[in-house]
Amino acid sequence: MIRTQGLRYQYPNGPLLAFPDVEVPQGAVLLLSGPSGCGKSTWLALVAALVAPTAGALVVADQPLNALKSVAADAWRARAIGFLPQRLHLSAALSVYQNLAMAQWAAGQPEDTSRIHAALQTLGVADLAQRKPGELSGGQAQRVALARAVLLQPRVILADEPTASLDDASAAQAVGLLLSAALQQGATLVIATHDARVAGLIAPDTHDQIGIQPSWLLRMSL
Amino acid sequence: MKTLALAWRYLWSRPLGAALNVLLLSLGLASITFLLLVGHQLSRAFDRDLAGIDVVVGAKGSPMQLILSGVLHIDVPPGNVPLQAVRALEKHPMVASVIPISLGDNFRGYRIVGTSHAYLTHYEATLAQGRLWDAPMQVVLGATAAAKLGATLGQRFVGTHGLGAGGHAHGDSAYTVVGILAPSGSVLDRLILTDSASVWKVHEDFTALDDDDRKAMEEDREVTMALVKYKTPMAALSFPRYVNTSTEMQAAAPALEISRLLNMLGLGTDVLRAFAGVLLLTAALSVFIALWSAVRERRGDLALLRMLGAPPAKVAALLLCEAVWLGLLAAALGLLLGQGFAAALGWFLKLDTTLLIGGMVWPSELAVVPALALGVSLGAALLPALGAYRVSVLELLQGR
Repeated sequence: MIRTQGLRYQYPNGPLLAFPDVEVPQGAVLLLSGPSGCGKSTWLALVAALVAPTAGALVVADQPLNALKSVAADAWRARAIGFLPQRLHLSAALSVYQNLAMAQWAAGQPEDTSRIHAALQTLGVADLAQRKPGELSGGQAQRVALARAVLLQPRVILADEPTASLDDASAAQAVGLLLSAALQQGATLVIATHDARVAGLIAPDTHDQIGIQPSWLLRMSL
Repeated sequence: MKTLALAWRYLWSRPLGAALNVLLLSLGLASITFLLLVGHQLSRAFDRDLAGIDVVVGAKGSPMQLILSGVLHIDVPPGNVPLQAVRALEKHPMVASVIPISLGDNFRGYRIVGTSHAYLTHYEATLAQGRLWDAPMQVVLGATAAAKLGATLGQRFVGTHGLGAGGHAHGDSAYTVVGILAPSGSVLDRLILTDSASVWKVHEDFTALDDDDRKAMEEDREVTMALVKYKTPMAALSFPRYVNTSTEMQAAAPALEISRLLNMLGLGTDVLRAFAGVLLLTAALSVFIALWSAVRERRGDLALLRMLGAPPAKVAALLLCEAVWLGLLAAALGLLLGQGFAAALGWFLKLDTTLLIGGMVWPSELAVVPALALGVSLGAALLPALGAYRVSVLELLQGR
């Protein structure tokens, strides 16, 4: 669940960004669209408690974020937020397995081998566990990054430009994987994109087999 | 996954850079290790071998040569002095004891030293096998000399003239091994000890043309030097002056000469220390550049760690752990290299059998090496770690 009210963020020596109010139920999908520079990344950072809002109220996964201090915000983020960055950022120094183990390390959790293998299995990349990211195809790398995002069973998954620089078929597959993973875990999914194709790819009628309901798809344009 | 394990993997993701940094840092640390080792072993050798000897009296010449040859047995003596003159010293009111030392021959590089039982008592030597000599041409071997020569009780051998290899053998005068000392860590370990009369006998037998000649030689017997112990410390003020001005001999104070020697060595040590400092500084700079580049290259990865819930301090700790690995690896390699350098120096200058300078010695002073390694590497990592601490996740999100 994500609920914002009167949310604003003032960059030091920069613009004041004002965001529309939104209420996203738990398990719903929010398509956050808008051109580059409109504030999508800032909104994601606010929802992930990486920056504090200048004004307004913000509740994510039942946690009011306004009063959350830095250390508590890190711990909360580790539990509540899964993140799929645009450039994936899989560490080239580590194997696929170790990249997921690193996520557990970052969250302060002990290494859980069975959970890592289960996440890789779910995304269909269990056989790639010992490979280095440099040995993966683009699609495989995206599945691994998504496995890392859902590894700790977050309540909110934030996907930043998941279809950027992908061809149509790969973009469809990426969106399908995201929807599938989020629905499987009952997580709220936010897709931030300026890619016009995503709106079509995310339409409920294209995902009958997943079971997405029209009422659970929200759109917010910035 | 532990922070140290993760840091290890990150470190070796750039194997060439990591290896070069470890090598550079370890060269500086090896120089420090080498200086500490040689300094420690020299100091131990001097303390051990000079203890209880207030002054050495011998032929005029270089006083330092007298000390090095007669006490430490690493140089040739400046000459001999009449036995009568040394006996006269025993009667001097300020002298507590006199130990005669006669040099001249060796057996396979190990010096044969003519002396009295007092020499063994002075170093608190104990017998491992056999007994002390009770007649000329009987020898007691130091532990190292016995082991290296493979000597056994009852074994007979002939000495060779001179203190190094290549002299002629005294074929008619054979020594018999009657005792072997237990290791004492002193100069005695590498000596072959016998009665002073043995040394006179060997050379008189070798050079005397007839009995008259032998008798004349007996009257003019000499020793190489005498190790003198004072009755009172006040003697240090007047006794050397007495010897130097009133006799044909010279008196050299070991403490003074060794202090002079260390001062002379000090210049070289300072140069080496400065060189090691420059190496360490260069290594610190190199570690700094490597970690700074790592932070720049991995800005996205580090920001992602923050996004995944790692607090800033944990991200910075990852960088510091890389520095810890660099420091520990460099310390281990530096210690081994330093030990290797010391062993090579000992072997090359033959100090491993004289002053007992060599490698694989682990004095407590060496603890400074890993401490220095960690200090340098962590110091160099502070700014990069601060960069990691401050990494901006917003930049990651904004794709910068």
